Amino acid sequence: MWRNLVRLQCQARLAWSTRQSRRARFAVLQPATDLSTATSERKKFYQDVSISQREDGLFEINLDRRKLKTPGGKLFTVPNEALAVAVATEWDTQKDTLKFYTMHLTTLCNTALDNPTQRDKDQIIMASLKFLETDTICYRTEEPAALVELQKNEWDPVLNWVEKRYNVVIGSSSSILGPQIAEETKDTFRQHLGSFNFWALTGLEFVITQLKSVVLSFGLIDRHLTVEQAVLLSRLEEEYQIRRWGNIEWAHDYDMYELRARTAAGTLFVHLSSESSTIKRKLMQD
Amino acid sequence: MAAAASTSSPLRVFRGILKELRALKGPQYRQTPAYNYVLDQFRKNQVSSERYCRAQTEALHSSHSYLCLLTSTRCHLTLHKLYHGKGQRDPEQVATLVGLRLPTQPGGKGWEK
Repeated sequence: MWRNLVRLQCQARLAWSTRQSRRARFAVLQPATDLSTATSERKKFYQDVSISQREDGLFEINLDRRKLKTPGGKLFTVPNEALAVAVATEWDTQKDTLKFYTMHLTTLCNTALDNPTQRDKDQIIMASLKFLETDTICYRTEEPAALVELQKNEWDPVLNWVEKRYNVVIGSSSSILGPQIAEETKDTFRQHLGSFNFWALTGLEFVITQLKSVVLSFGLIDRHLTVEQAVLLSRLEEEYQIRRWGNIEWAHDYDMYELRARTAAGTLFVHLSSESSTIKRKLMQD
Repeated sequence: MAAAASTSSPLRVFRGILKELRALKGPQYRQTPAYNYVLDQFRKNQVSSERYCRAQTEALHSSHSYLCLLTSTRCHLTLHKLYHGKGQRDPEQVATLVGLRLPTQPGGKGWEK
């Protein structure tokens, strides 16, 4: 939608060109309110990317000589090395133009640092649990029979696993209202989510909104499923229709890869933000 | 559905990540911080005395997720360039397509400086 708005604005000016070389020449002449920077294309203005650690243990990203900053103007700091390395790799792999829509980890870090919606932990937990009422896994169809069968075979095991692991009752339903979630279930989940830190919660909410399912996200975070499996389960009906009617690469594959990339980024973000590792060296005893 | 990431061995995941890094960076992929970090992590987690080592499975799952991230961003970008990358033609190009030219107005239009 943003692209169309920008295009309408741009076509009002005859001298406009979407080609990169012309934009670079016009970059100085165009006013600061130019909407062209709203599109996700900026030239790569650095050569080297490196990470450095501060005295308080936080890591920063350096593009050439300059330190990376968030869109809100804050200094870009991450709490651990693994995340810093991954973000640096994202910036390092950009060629010619910066494609921000491929830098998912950077976007997640920016969201966690800036908190543009000004939410605290409880609000994020509330927003995440709201998805439970319309969870993909719990929302079953009644026909065609093959799809019902597929949903039962693929989704029921995950549902049973979550119910057993957290000792809750969720259940599935094929009515239009969806399943009725008990208050105790929500309380259990709320308590569990409260144990995550703010960064991990940001990542988890992102994963939930991408997969459209709280159950699948828990399965992914608890390492019961891989990213590919979770994405497949989330898109189960689409996969069924693809198998029936055929695959369209520029739509189906495109969506699938984008969903996989975002979910993988979210999962990695959650895991890296909530882990701490130590190495215990054991002496060999003969 | 299969259980955890036990279907892929650490070696395969490691090789996959290296292949992705090589595809992204070219011949200097060995100097990137990512290469050194991944190599380091895999070496550190290799040796474990327990038969079922939780830290090992966790590290394997995280590395599998990272491999998935690298592969899918690359495939997504490829598909984007292939199908969605062209953008719109500018008005002059559109005019030449049908054999016309845009009108010129000496003195500029009203809103142009």
